[in-house]
Amino acid sequence: MYKIRTTDVNVFYGDNHVIKNVSMEVMPNTVTALIGPSGCGKSTFLRLLNRMNDYIDGFSMTGNIFVDNNEIYSRKTVVEELRKKVGMVFQKPNPFPKSIYENVVYGLRIQGIKNKALLDETVERCLVQAALWNEVKDDLKKSALALSGGQQQRLCIARTLAVEPTVILMDEPASALDPISTSKIEELIYELKNKYTIIIVTHNMQQAGRVSDRTAFFYMGDLVEYDETKKIFTNPKLERTQNYITGRFG
Amino acid sequence: MSNADWNRLKDNVFKYVGIACTFVGLLMLAIFLIDILIKGVGRLDWQFLSSLPSRMASKAGILPALAGTMWIMVVTAVIAIPLGVSAGIYLEEYGKKSRFASILEININNLAGVPSIIYGLLGVEIFSRVMGLGGSLLAGSLTLALLILPVIIVSTREAIRAVPKTIREGSFALGATKWQTIQHQILPASAGGILTGVILALSRAIGETAPLIVIGALAYVAFVPTTPMDDFSVLPIQIFNWVSRPQKEFHVNAAAAIIVLLVVTFLMNGIAVYLRNRWQKKVKW
Repeated sequence: MYKIRTTDVNVFYGDNHVIKNVSMEVMPNTVTALIGPSGCGKSTFLRLLNRMNDYIDGFSMTGNIFVDNNEIYSRKTVVEELRKKVGMVFQKPNPFPKSIYENVVYGLRIQGIKNKALLDETVERCLVQAALWNEVKDDLKKSALALSGGQQQRLCIARTLAVEPTVILMDEPASALDPISTSKIEELIYELKNKYTIIIVTHNMQQAGRVSDRTAFFYMGDLVEYDETKKIFTNPKLERTQNYITGRFG
Repeated sequence: MSNADWNRLKDNVFKYVGIACTFVGLLMLAIFLIDILIKGVGRLDWQFLSSLPSRMASKAGILPALAGTMWIMVVTAVIAIPLGVSAGIYLEEYGKKSRFASILEININNLAGVPSIIYGLLGVEIFSRVMGLGGSLLAGSLTLALLILPVIIVSTREAIRAVPKTIREGSFALGATKWQTIQHQILPASAGGILTGVILALSRAIGETAPLIVIGALAYVAFVPTTPMDDFSVLPIQIFNWVSRPQKEFHVNAAAAIIVLLVVTFLMNGIAVYLRNRWQKKVKW
């Protein structure tokens, strides 16, 4: 019933102990915000969930992470299959230097899907879902690099949706965007919650408050407090959480 | 004189010294070019380009040498590009962390510094004698391919490294394997840079003389090579041969042949610059 569950996760970069005994559970169809000062390990934790840290030199970990009750660091896990299920949107919009259309269908093309009708249908569905369709429907052949930053980020979300994940990880998805684009992304997150489990890293307290159901506060690699967002923001159990949220440190 | 004036003076002096230094190089090139053009341009005609070498300077031409240079360029490219690009991809994308890869890397950098005559000796031993290829075009091309391999590997790696990490991650995050990411994202984005490196490496290869002399490329070839197993000559060897003759008329031939060789090299460098600019304009992250 938990969508994601981690037990006693520790992460090391060489001798650097960056995540310390983190155990947490995430319910399906919720938005979970990961907050904390820079270097607290929240991005590293996020990237554990689709094994994006595997490429970092010196990375090692202990503990278990389950997605749909499958241990994702077991030897049986096919990383590519995991990433189709657990999609990711990055901090800086990173569209491929291809057309808008090709960006959306990239995940399907690499699976060998050639059916034109299916690809066309996917492009429309995902762009509609990512609230970008109306802006780009007439020039799908245009280079994705010609879009504005906010549009590019929504395109990256559409691209992620195309491979039909059940979990979407977002690493400060709006930090490189202007306020209007940011609010569009936030509305989008709210919409997507119905179908997906979303975990979002953010530096923006108001954003965490607006979009998330639960909030996890990380500090120096520890999961300090993890509770309903309302509680974290109005009545946290620990003083350290209180201090961070009110801006007294961090 | 105040301190500020003094500093300004030093500044100006250095500026003009710098300009002078730059001009020394340019001046040398200019003198060389003008000298060659005055000597050789009158000798350049269709007869010169389309004739076989001859004992008589006025009847001699560069056809076999020019054809040999073209052959060498193509065969060397066919051998060196797949090897060099694949090795570059391996080192940059797959072998990053292992000790084995770092030993390889050091040795490739060493290879780039080996004098070309050494490659000639290696080639004559392995390709000409052990593999029995003799003084053939193929033996020459294999030798030159080895010679330019480090250059291609290094430029492939640089071009690949210029592709931002975010593009790689974007591709991985959608479930792409490493090879799919290389094939669909990294190679298309770095093709311009790789091609530039390849062309510059090839234009170096066609200017090489020493290794081919060791291999046994001939100065007198009375036919145009038709297979990679044929004997051959190349422009630099033809030039070397003509320059070392006592008769003045052959020196004129040499100057004309130098012009042809320069045109070929400049053309290739021009293409490389063009590709680099176009590539830079096309891909902005």
